[in-house]
Amino acid sequence: MTVSTTRQQAWLHRFALLTALGTLGLVGLGGLVTSHGVGMAVPDWPTSYGYNMFALPVSLWLTGGIFHEHTHRLWASLVGILVVVLTRWLGGKKAQLPLLVIGLVEILAGIGLLRLGADWKGAGHFLAGIGGVVCLVGMVWLRNAAAPGRLPTLGWIAFGLVQLQGLLGGLRVVLDAGDLAGIRLGTLLGIFHGCLGQLFLALVAVIAFMTGRWWSQPPERITSLQARPWFVTATVLVFVQLLIGATMRHQHAGLSIPDFPLAYGALWPDMSATAVAEYNLKRIEVTAANPITGFQIGLQMTHRLLALLLLATVALCVGMSRDRGLRRLAKFWLGLILVQAALGAWTIWSNKAADVATAHVVVGALSFVTGVLGCLIYFRRRVRDEAPGPAGKSTSDLTRSVAA
Amino acid sequence: MKLNRTLAAVGSLAIALQMATAGNITGKVTLSGTPPPEKDITPLKDDAQCGKLHPGPVPKTQFFVVGPNHELADVVVVLQGDSLKGKSTGATAAPAELDQIGCIYTPQILAVQTGQKIHVKNSDPVMHNVHTTPTAPGNKEENRAQLAGGPDLTFVIPQPEDFLRFKCDVHPWMFAWVTVVDHPYFAVTGKDGTFTIKDVPPGKYKLVAYHRKAALKGIAKDVEVTADGAKVDFVAEVK
Repeated sequence: MTVSTTRQQAWLHRFALLTALGTLGLVGLGGLVTSHGVGMAVPDWPTSYGYNMFALPVSLWLTGGIFHEHTHRLWASLVGILVVVLTRWLGGKKAQLPLLVIGLVEILAGIGLLRLGADWKGAGHFLAGIGGVVCLVGMVWLRNAAAPGRLPTLGWIAFGLVQLQGLLGGLRVVLDAGDLAGIRLGTLLGIFHGCLGQLFLALVAVIAFMTGRWWSQPPERITSLQARPWFVTATVLVFVQLLIGATMRHQHAGLSIPDFPLAYGALWPDMSATAVAEYNLKRIEVTAANPITGFQIGLQMTHRLLALLLLATVALCVGMSRDRGLRRLAKFWLGLILVQAALGAWTIWSNKAADVATAHVVVGALSFVTGVLGCLIYFRRRVRDEAPGPAGKSTSDLTRSVAA
Repeated sequence: MKLNRTLAAVGSLAIALQMATAGNITGKVTLSGTPPPEKDITPLKDDAQCGKLHPGPVPKTQFFVVGPNHELADVVVVLQGDSLKGKSTGATAAPAELDQIGCIYTPQILAVQTGQKIHVKNSDPVMHNVHTTPTAPGNKEENRAQLAGGPDLTFVIPQPEDFLRFKCDVHPWMFAWVTVVDHPYFAVTGKDGTFTIKDVPPGKYKLVAYHRKAALKGIAKDVEVTADGAKVDFVAEVK
């Protein structure tokens, strides 16, 4: 590897890290939007109160919940640009032509939408704008080589996901009042948008990790796979928790259970219709004035129970990890889960204060990323071990013989 | 022409006769039990623009507006009966008014007829958006921005609905609830807990008192209205 290639890889890694951090910030801003209950503070999209998104007067931007929602949109645009650049960087010169073609198609589709009439004007400008950015990035005439392995493919997946995520965010606004099988579309799309955001963050974090030196030159060899199933189980559990959390948040009904560690003064709350009516009578909502349902109470109880299960599973990951590096990672993860549990409790005790609830979302996202990276490390070993080694031996056989 | 005049005269006579025999329903709503304490609207105080409009103490929520002798305000009292259905005079009634003062809806509980205009004012130096979230079929959700000093927004709700929520998404603590009735026989209790439903045609009805928290599904009582009117009191309960 030449010095210039090494330097280029180091910069690619830094850029991927920046993109991942930007995405984490975006998740946090999304959390602020839902925590404040201001997802509809800007009721149009892709325009903002009829203005081009980037030309909204500052006086409007600084008004109430518009600040959170509009900042989320602007930040999302920035992350979108970072991801397009990352895709080009990871794909090397080969990525140029596809980017140019996709960009042109988006520009043409945007112009086509503009011709459909005033209702499509905003969408047309938005699509044409995205296409313009993609084309510009595609036109950058750097002859850099593609990143190794599956990184270019991951870049393209991120490229598709970031656009899908932007579209979902917009549809969550414009289709808010719609209905699908008796469920409000704004709620459904909001949950999907929240969960896809977490998956997208994990993907960008994986890209950042795989562009780093640790991935190409691991400091130590993994000798035990004992903890691997527990890492996978815990990661799946974290995602289920995120899904439940997103479902609770996007129903905009505040706290369905106002006390912790008990629930309505009991270990298991009464969820009968009479009891729920009584809870609603006594709920004094400052924001999110929606009556709660038995389903929502059940959902929060599931969230609490799964948190206990998750804590035990991550503790098992610590106990089962034999290798120093992974053990450290598992301990860090356990620390995150403990912080997350504390933030969950604090969210309730603070009557869902927006900053605390948002911190709960961000630490949840970090927990998921940690789990995904842990799994990646374990499965990377498998990929390497199953590759045939010298004399037909797999590298795992070699590892075992070395260990013996 | 003559026939028209005759018909108009007969109609006026019928209305006059009905007014002569119609009675008022009066009453009072009180609350039994101790309501949960109201909460400070801290997000309002924390808001850079709205907070300045309340230099004094933090405004509180207003779910239970209870007088010194347990009088309960903001109770919507609605007459119910088959003979009343579809008798809305909303199209010709004076518009109802909902204002936004200090980033709080005033009043927070309102009752109107189907087809009656609701003028939403913005008395604040701040932009709001007025977002209706109806649940009854036929009532359309609307979300309209209203700049500071902007003209009144007019809403017309075509179908009856209990406590249709109006909210502001820019200031997520702002709520008002509008009950929509398809006839003119309803009232909202004042701070003294009393109400008067005027000019009710004589007959037997059901009178139902709705409160956002203490009687969401309503407390019903039978009532017979004569030319002398009728008096009905309600007690809402908080355990």
